[in-house]
Amino acid sequence: MTAAISVSGLRKAFGRTLALDGLDLTVRAGEVHGFLGPNGAGKTTTLRILLGLLRADSGSVTLLGGDPWKDTAALHRRLAYVPGDVTLWPNLTGGEVIDLLGRLHGGLDLARRADLVDRFEFDPTKKGRACSSGNRQKVALIAALSSHADLLILDEPTAGLDPLMQAVFEDCVAEQRHEGRTVLLSSHVLAEVEKLCDRVSIIRQGRTVETGTLSELRHLTRTSITAELTQPPDGLAALPGVHELRAVGTRLHCQADTDQLDDVLRQLSTLGVRNLVCRPPTLEELFLRHYGVTA
Amino acid sequence: MNGVGGLVRLALRRDRILLPAWLSMFVLLVIASAAATRDMFPTTESVAAAATTMNGTPALVAVYGRIYDPTSVGALAMLKALGTGAVILAVFSIVLVVRHTRSDEETGRRELLGAGVVGRHAPLTAALVVAAGTNVVLALVTSLSLMGAGLPVEGSLAFGAAWLSVGLVFTAAAGVTAQIASTTRGAIGVAVAVLGVAFLLRALGDTTGPRWLSWLSPLGWGQQFRPFAGNRWWVLAVAAGFTVLVATAAHVLVARRDLGAGLLPDRPGPATGTLSGAFGLAWRLQRGPLLGWTTGFVVYGILVGSIAGGIGDMTGSPEAEEFFKRLGGDNTLTDAVFAAMFGILSVIASAYGVQAVMRLHHEETSLRAEPLLASSVSRLRWAAGHVAIALGGVAVLLLSAGLLAGSVHAAQAGDFSLVGEVLAGALVQIPAAWVLVGVAVAGYGLAPRLAVAGWTALAVFPLLGELGPVFGFDQWLMDLSPYAHVPKVPRSSVTAAPLLWLLLAGAAATGVGLVGLRRRDVA
Repeated sequence: MTAAISVSGLRKAFGRTLALDGLDLTVRAGEVHGFLGPNGAGKTTTLRILLGLLRADSGSVTLLGGDPWKDTAALHRRLAYVPGDVTLWPNLTGGEVIDLLGRLHGGLDLARRADLVDRFEFDPTKKGRACSSGNRQKVALIAALSSHADLLILDEPTAGLDPLMQAVFEDCVAEQRHEGRTVLLSSHVLAEVEKLCDRVSIIRQGRTVETGTLSELRHLTRTSITAELTQPPDGLAALPGVHELRAVGTRLHCQADTDQLDDVLRQLSTLGVRNLVCRPPTLEELFLRHYGVTA
Repeated sequence: MNGVGGLVRLALRRDRILLPAWLSMFVLLVIASAAATRDMFPTTESVAAAATTMNGTPALVAVYGRIYDPTSVGALAMLKALGTGAVILAVFSIVLVVRHTRSDEETGRRELLGAGVVGRHAPLTAALVVAAGTNVVLALVTSLSLMGAGLPVEGSLAFGAAWLSVGLVFTAAAGVTAQIASTTRGAIGVAVAVLGVAFLLRALGDTTGPRWLSWLSPLGWGQQFRPFAGNRWWVLAVAAGFTVLVATAAHVLVARRDLGAGLLPDRPGPATGTLSGAFGLAWRLQRGPLLGWTTGFVVYGILVGSIAGGIGDMTGSPEAEEFFKRLGGDNTLTDAVFAAMFGILSVIASAYGVQAVMRLHHEETSLRAEPLLASSVSRLRWAAGHVAIALGGVAVLLLSAGLLAGSVHAAQAGDFSLVGEVLAGALVQIPAAWVLVGVAVAGYGLAPRLAVAGWTALAVFPLLGELGPVFGFDQWLMDLSPYAHVPKVPRSSVTAAPLLWLLLAGAAATGVGLVGLRRRDVA
């Protein structure tokens, strides 16, 4: 598969603040790629460079085979963008803005527009100044999702949506992938990325710290174990590869390095297992390790 | 009323540059006016002659007001400053109040504060306190400056009080309009429209009468203090009473509406749009303000056209002729008046142009430009729409004022060849105003922090023309101002060279700005 986006060694400074410090990112055509990082990690800066709004200080950026700074308008005909912070013109209605943005992206699918307005339960006659942040978000989403773009760039698109609307959004992204579109989804809503994304890049302080499929990333990490034993788990804490052990009486919660899992389970069975839950780490835990432990 | 103190401190902190800058501008204005006139009219006879001529010239009385003591050099010297200064001060007070009330509410900052321990009335009260306090300080500083310039003490105090009363009334009025309109633009627009009506009432009351019309206008009250010409202190009670009344009304209105809403309800609009692209959007955003400005210029044109004719018949004293020719050039009095009036209009039209260009900056900082620039619209096309409207709008404004002034004047004189002459006087101003548009584009395009370039130029260039002769600036310094190069048309022949140079300068500045915009980061 060819790469829809390929970025390497990207650097960008604002005055003395270094926003991006050698960031790498590869998004393959036709995949939904999660772009994860805490606030201020450089997600939005990266997206704005991809859109040709900011100029990179150094590093190479290729988007749909072109240079986003030089071929801006031509590339923009093939992509649609949903900003994280949507502001509308106070005296234009949501419907007017959807149509305007759609036209500027080279036309929009009217049937799909109608369908999305319906599914997002959006009132297109409301003026921009009367729209809540969730409704403003819907305007940008409907415009982007009903365009004919090959690539969707979504910057924390569900921040203002309620859980029902988030579910609608997830369905929509799944449909887009089914149609062969590429989606770059920046987020810190982990459940959303877990559900939607084929591959994930995690960035921190302007650098990519991990990239790969979710299962690849999980190999790097630990397995979460919750167990009910017949006796207190003495001696388990001393075992290599066991972390964050919490025991209350005979109840136990810990994390185990994946390559030590065999030893840990053997030790547990000698203690007598009444109940055992083993699950892959959530992205939350991945995240905490990247940002919580080392931060 | 909880939290007023904290909000006042916040406002002063936010405006720590703006307020001192404004105060110094007003001080410069009064000192320059006092110094300039004293040297021009050394004897009481020359003062009396000039004052009589001014009072007998309806165009001057309409614009600046009446002199109530023809022997007072102070009254003569400060006539222009009193009238124009009061208008500028009113605009300043309006902007200041709206900035700390409706703007904060529109951008959601008010909500952030409202969640703290802040009473429902507190933001309004704080904004009014800040604006009123600024006006009080300004009045004191102005009075002291005038005394320092050697004018009588009581008159100087009355002058300060006159400005204060106008500032206070419009402070309170803006407090009300900020409740009525739900946008910053709307709140300022309605308040400025009230100011326009006040100006018109005073102009009519002082010229054609009936005289009581002036008393309906807060700007008229400022004049009725009669500084250096009787010093009528009781007018302060009228202005203060009215201010309290209007400020109370604003507080009542706050309690009657929802946060973020105006009193005028929002109507639903069309569910589908017909805006075809970047230019369509720019036009949609800019057409309302342009219509408002054009209406103002049409009214001004009619006013100028109807009173300019009367001046030609007047037997003017040499001093008065001198006064006008300094403003309007070497030609007959009527033509000089037109040239002078169009000179003022040129600056105002430039202000329109600069604010139209600043729309780009506003669109960028509010992040509304982002989704457009992420579409197939190039930066150049996005910016070009707004710049074209700014340039075209300036031309439309001056054209309509010139056409109306010329038609009314020609109809009165019964000579329709005059239409073209007067119109030409308005049209020659267009290139100079375009230079200001260019400066605004250049500043904005090169870097967002230079976006104030347009407004700065708009303050500095006219000031160079006002202050230059008084302080004896070098000619090259005064020649920096594009307004210095406009031929004094009608009657003085139109010379093409300066106009071409102005066009070139405007085009170059615009070009620099557009190239800069293509090369820089977009916020």
